[in-house]
Amino acid sequence: MDTIETMYQEQILDHFKNPRNFGRIENASVHHHEYNPLCGDQIEMFLVIDKNKNITEVKFSGHGCAISQASASMLTEQIKGKSIEEIEKLTKEKVLELLGIPLSPVRLKCALLSLDTLKNSVLIFERYIKKSK
Amino acid sequence: MLSTKSLDIESIRKDFPILQRKVHGKPLIYFDNAATSQKPKQVIGAITGYYQKYNANVHRSIHQLGEEATAEYEKARQKIADFINARYEEVIFTKNSTEGLNLLAYSLTSGLKPGDEIVISQLEHHSNFVPWQQMAEHLGLKLKFIEINKNAELDKESIKKNITKKTKIVSVNHISNAIGTINPVEEITKIAHENGALMVIDGSQSVPHMPIDAKKINADFYVFTGHKMLGPTGVGVVYGKKELLENMRPFLYGGEMINEVKFEGTTFNKLPWKFEAGTPNIAEAIGLGIAVDYLSKIGMNNIFEHDKELVEYGTERIKEIKGVTIYGPKERGSIISFNVKGVHAHDVSQILDSEGVAIRAGHHCCMPLMGVLGISSTARASFYLYNTEEEIDTFIKAIHKVKKVFGV
Repeated sequence: MDTIETMYQEQILDHFKNPRNFGRIENASVHHHEYNPLCGDQIEMFLVIDKNKNITEVKFSGHGCAISQASASMLTEQIKGKSIEEIEKLTKEKVLELLGIPLSPVRLKCALLSLDTLKNSVLIFERYIKKSK
Repeated sequence: MLSTKSLDIESIRKDFPILQRKVHGKPLIYFDNAATSQKPKQVIGAITGYYQKYNANVHRSIHQLGEEATAEYEKARQKIADFINARYEEVIFTKNSTEGLNLLAYSLTSGLKPGDEIVISQLEHHSNFVPWQQMAEHLGLKLKFIEINKNAELDKESIKKNITKKTKIVSVNHISNAIGTINPVEEITKIAHENGALMVIDGSQSVPHMPIDAKKINADFYVFTGHKMLGPTGVGVVYGKKELLENMRPFLYGGEMINEVKFEGTTFNKLPWKFEAGTPNIAEAIGLGIAVDYLSKIGMNNIFEHDKELVEYGTERIKEIKGVTIYGPKERGSIISFNVKGVHAHDVSQILDSEGVAIRAGHHCCMPLMGVLGISSTARASFYLYNTEEEIDTFIKAIHKVKKVFGV
């Protein structure tokens, strides 16, 4: 298999074409949108967070390249039931492990957009929304 | 033998050392010329030559090296003036088109009043968009946009509707970098002048690809960059009519651009140096002069015809592929902007790269235009004098590979 087929392996294309947890949550505890100006990838995350600060529901919407969308889809599968503290501890290495493919520095931005969106969603929840409740 | 009807490409290709290299084990096919062009050995040699033989500051140093550097730097200016049919003192060196357009946005809006209008178009690159938008916000000016029609050309009615007696400045590109639309700049200039407005043209994509006669177009300002026309990065040009430049405020202040500096005040240098503060990019300007020599020797008409043949051939071939959409009008600059159904442009670019084919993917610094077209990005192949139909054949095969990898 040549390198390009390694990059666009079945698992990545499956998540791109059939993204998990795709959609919106109307009464989300927090939702947040991030944009990658380089290529126009967009991701919006919707999180429902319970009083114990656990994520009970997650959805994402957006559009962009296969890497950005597959990474968002894979990430949402991982975080349901996780606590905010666990989200804060998520590393970019974890996301790259999920994707399991070699990426150039330019494509890293695509791959990590979903993690940035998720982390900033939690940050916004902690700083602004939780206090106002 | 590689050639189109217009050019002997085989001998041209020998002048571009980078075309010998391989990418991922495949011969490089460079179709990202609208972003930046490759450089012939003559230009690379001119830059090295300056640093090895006569590196010195210009207009200051009274010694042999200084004299030589100044002479070569100013010779480059004369070559560029001749290339676009302008006068020597009407050619101002900048860093690039972006800086040129910023210069004009700052300098030309000085003295405008709230409510005065500036007209640009939906087709503009961010560099001919954001500077005007920011000045408009800052000074309370009104920014208006010429709309595109369904063929992605500037709409004739919209041109007439937007340019009125309230318009002070009109600024549009000659060729769209995103989709290749060639705009009727002479006509727009006429309409701008009839309404008493100044006309600015962003020629970043036109000067490299077609003969430009600044006098004939009759715009007040014409802006372009060196690195898209075989020259180095870091040097661009603002052409402006002498009588206008003489009355404009400088944009950058400092050394070189002054005549006399006193505690009470400063008088400015003559044209063109009034607009060239600080030590300029000397090697780059000299390199651009050599690039102009190179283009002139081949002939801009021949280059225009060659590029046209390639874009027509490429368009025909790409149309054969199911699920590919091409953006822009039928008659275009040497740009094919497209999308493959079900695949993001970034992924198209990545897979093409694995076949050695370099294209650009994204919004091409034209986010407002992408919004008008209802898309977020396109893949863009852009051709130049060293490209061949054989390379387009490989590019077409690579698009088939994109479809195979994605199963679309």
